[in-house]
Amino acid sequence: MYDIAKMGTDVDQNTTKISARNVQVYYGDTHAIKDVNVEIGARSVTAFIGPSGCGKSTFLRCINRMNDTIDVCRVDGDILIDGEDIYDKRVDPVQLRAKVGMVFQKPNPFPKSIYDNIAYGPRIHGLAKNKADLDEIVEKSLRRGAIWNEVKDRLHAPGTGLSGGQQQRLCIARAIATEPEVLLMDEPCSALDPIATAQVEELIDELRNQFSVVIVTHSMQQAARVSQKTAFFHLGNLVEYGDTSQIFTNPQDERTESYITGRIG
Amino acid sequence: MTDVSQPNSAGTPQSSLHRLDARTKRRNAAESRFKFYGIVAILIGLLMLVTLLYTILSKGTGAFSQTFVTMQVELLESKLDKSGTRDLEKIKKVTTFGYAPLIKGAFEKSVLEHGIDTDLKTKDMAKILSKSAASQLRGYVIANPDKIGETIEFRFLANSRVDGYLKGRVSRESIANDKNITAAQLDFVDQLIAAGVLEKTFNIDFIIGADASDQRPEAAGIGVAMVGSLFMMLVVLALALPIGVAASIYLEEFAPKNWITDIIEVNISNLAAVPSIVFGILGLAVFINYMHLPQSAPLVGGLVLTLMTLPTIIISTRAALKAVPPSIRDAALGVGASKMQAVFHHVLPLAAPGILTGTIIGLAQALGETAPLLLIGMIGFIASNMPETIGEGLLSPNSAMPAQIYEWAKRADPAFYERAWGGIIILLIFLISMNTLAVILRRRFERRW
Repeated sequence: MYDIAKMGTDVDQNTTKISARNVQVYYGDTHAIKDVNVEIGARSVTAFIGPSGCGKSTFLRCINRMNDTIDVCRVDGDILIDGEDIYDKRVDPVQLRAKVGMVFQKPNPFPKSIYDNIAYGPRIHGLAKNKADLDEIVEKSLRRGAIWNEVKDRLHAPGTGLSGGQQQRLCIARAIATEPEVLLMDEPCSALDPIATAQVEELIDELRNQFSVVIVTHSMQQAARVSQKTAFFHLGNLVEYGDTSQIFTNPQDERTESYITGRIG
Repeated sequence: MTDVSQPNSAGTPQSSLHRLDARTKRRNAAESRFKFYGIVAILIGLLMLVTLLYTILSKGTGAFSQTFVTMQVELLESKLDKSGTRDLEKIKKVTTFGYAPLIKGAFEKSVLEHGIDTDLKTKDMAKILSKSAASQLRGYVIANPDKIGETIEFRFLANSRVDGYLKGRVSRESIANDKNITAAQLDFVDQLIAAGVLEKTFNIDFIIGADASDQRPEAAGIGVAMVGSLFMMLVVLALALPIGVAASIYLEEFAPKNWITDIIEVNISNLAAVPSIVFGILGLAVFINYMHLPQSAPLVGGLVLTLMTLPTIIISTRAALKAVPPSIRDAALGVGASKMQAVFHHVLPLAAPGILTGTIIGLAQALGETAPLLLIGMIGFIASNMPETIGEGLLSPNSAMPAQIYEWAKRADPAFYERAWGGIIILLIFLISMNTLAVILRRRFERRW
């Protein structure tokens, strides 16, 4: 636990990347997220933990407005990225999502080649001027996704032919290919075996040098291993938010303590 | 000592696995009964299919062969072109009556040449030919005026009675009261067969030719109706596919889910169940009576069939779109694709095999549809020529394959009945190849995700 605490202090967490103010989310009549206030730092890993259905994924999907695709979903309150309200009328969700990348629970590569999987984002955002540029972006993203060595000889093989762990790293590489500033990860390791999980966690740890990473996880060990800050959600409320070391060693709230010791969840 | 520690209580079996209890026996019996019913049902289905195919093939294959009489015809200049100028306008003035003597002459020559001994007058000999024989010859002369004066070998269509005699449909007993043919003429036919003048061969004109009048079943073909069907299918494809796919994409991916879209959805399903004749009368009222589009035109037929096919295409396209996993949409939106990009770059390619299958099945359905064509006048019309341009193909009156089949089945002469079955064979070949194409496309483009 001392390691984690030390790791946490290494990073510059003083600048706030994302700040949520009085966020409420409704699914029809259901009040899914109740009054969440949270400040997420730049260049750090923030973990959201909590029992199933507590709203952590919902809140995560608010940060890149993926909830817009659900008709009955309504978001109140402000979420600011670099001080700009992302729910402002002037914000186009498509532009927002280029800035806030997302990795999903189940690896979901496009049924296309590995190359096309990575190149798709840069192509639609016009990040590459020519083929050489695009090749470079693809290679760089795959390297940052820690999967280059495994796929460099078969870039034109289908992405769906990779193993689960490789697929997930491919999805991470795809997400960072568009040069986002924030990377949202919704239980990225829940479909992976322990070895693949370890690889992805290692990758997340490297990613925090460039991105502000927000990860939703069911595994408290994982939260403890990879994150500097942890937020505990319960029944739609943000119960406790603080340094990871402090949440796991000295939780302030009774519910947090119950959850991390396994009494609720 | 407790009960648990006694080895016997655990070791003595309560029941034997080698003996089935009553309940298991009953369940097994029910299962075998169910399997038996299933097999019986499948056998009944197969039997029906075999009967159907056997009937169609045994009754319809006759339509693909036809009896012809091949003779040397002297194209007398004195009869066909008195002026000797080979002026086409003057040659055209000679009616089919002018050609009758040439045919009689050809018979005389054949009889002499082959040493056929017959009491028939040449006038009665000529009656074994089709009523269109003279016009057949006239058509040839008009197409080749330079042949006038020469003797050519010409293949005449035989009369449908003679054709029926060779196909076993007509016998000497069955013609007792028939005014069209006599037993003496049949004897003459036998002699001609022996001489090799008259024979039954494959008849390409049935597949590429046009329909003929009531009196000449031997000259009738389904070709022009096939072209009519083709033009209708082109109209259906050009309209129903883009409209159907666009409507489905909008409803499935973009439309808000509220009571209006619910009503639209329910009504599309209802439309799929509306009897096709209703679309026919709608087409009559809207396209012909109100919009004054030409009657009996494949364009109108295509429009009516488009209305009928749209619900099928919309329903299957929506099902195909729904079957694309949402994770693909999430993935595309997650890297910053707009909704339209997500749909067109990722969802639509994955749904394409399903859309294609639905479209082809819809087209096949439309191809076999008869009822709506009844109401817009595509039945009972005899189009004698192939359309020459695409515009003419769409707008000039024509029939369609199922309408032509219905028309033939309605006529009195049994030779037409045979042609109706032959038409069904051609229609079925089309349908089966379209469905096969659907299966192949589906296999080919199906991608895993």
